[in-house]
Amino acid sequence: MDVIKIKGTDDTPNVILDAENNIIEFSGRSLPEDVVTFYAPAIQWIEEYAKNPNPKTNVIFRLEYFNTASSKALLDILLKFEDILNEGNEVVVQWYYQEDDEDMLEAGEEYSEIVDIPFEMHSY
Amino acid sequence: MGNIDYLKLIYSLHEDMMAKKFTLVYDGEITHQITKAFTSLAESKMDSYSEDSSIKRKVFHVMVECLQNLSKHAEEYEFRESKGKYGNGIFIVGKIGKEEKEYQVITGNAVDRERVPELKALLEKINQLDKEGLKELFKKQMREGSLSEKGGAGLGLIDIARKTGEKLEYHFSEMDKNNYFFILRTKISRSID
Repeated sequence: MDVIKIKGTDDTPNVILDAENNIIEFSGRSLPEDVVTFYAPAIQWIEEYAKNPNPKTNVIFRLEYFNTASSKALLDILLKFEDILNEGNEVVVQWYYQEDDEDMLEAGEEYSEIVDIPFEMHSY
Repeated sequence: MGNIDYLKLIYSLHEDMMAKKFTLVYDGEITHQITKAFTSLAESKMDSYSEDSSIKRKVFHVMVECLQNLSKHAEEYEFRESKGKYGNGIFIVGKIGKEEKEYQVITGNAVDRERVPELKALLEKINQLDKEGLKELFKKQMREGSLSEKGGAGLGLIDIARKTGEKLEYHFSEMDKNNYFFILRTKISRSID
């Protein structure tokens, strides 16, 4: 499978989608001008990955900030991974938040209430 | 009016801004570049007096959502001569009161008359809900709403109320037979709880 590596900017996150090395990670800031267009390649990649996923998939979110438009896109991504889990694969979300950022912790908790994927919370 | 009188107007405009503690006033097209410039300006300003990081995050968050509300609703609210890809509006950031215990972010933009009842209903609903109610509404909207073509997810106003823990202050002024001017004021407390 193709590897997607998108370098983060001050308004778009760093994205790594690498099936061979089993790294799936979104980090940094997310307030892209066009959310749908920005996340479309990631969504496509996950749909492709779903056809032949690794036995255990760790999905890492280490976001400093995301706007509400991005929050909807992140849910769409999580729902794709939920499908993979529902096919009988192991999926765990690793949710990182800055120690003093309660809103980011809460955002992770909310996602974990919406999707059926186990979340592990990590402060840094 | 003589030239000097006209120039003096600028001074009184400046004095007005100072008296009202407006640190940023902008009226025009809200592009993505404008959003980035204003938020980074506010960030570095707050850094210069070591504002608390959680308050800095709240101000940043509210500014982004307010600016995106202005920029995303261009299509519906287009009425100015300079029709563009982005929305137009007035955007103000400032502090409140002598002791400057709060920040405020104010937006104003034209809204099609037909959209007013829907928008009013949403604002009233948000203001009636407590913390838990807002959380549930946000989750519901995130699950059920879809990203519109312009990337609005209908979550901005709910999120502003959640992040600030304050009621949304708003007013609709009639502009003409088709449009109202929608003013939204958000306050962000500077005290750390």
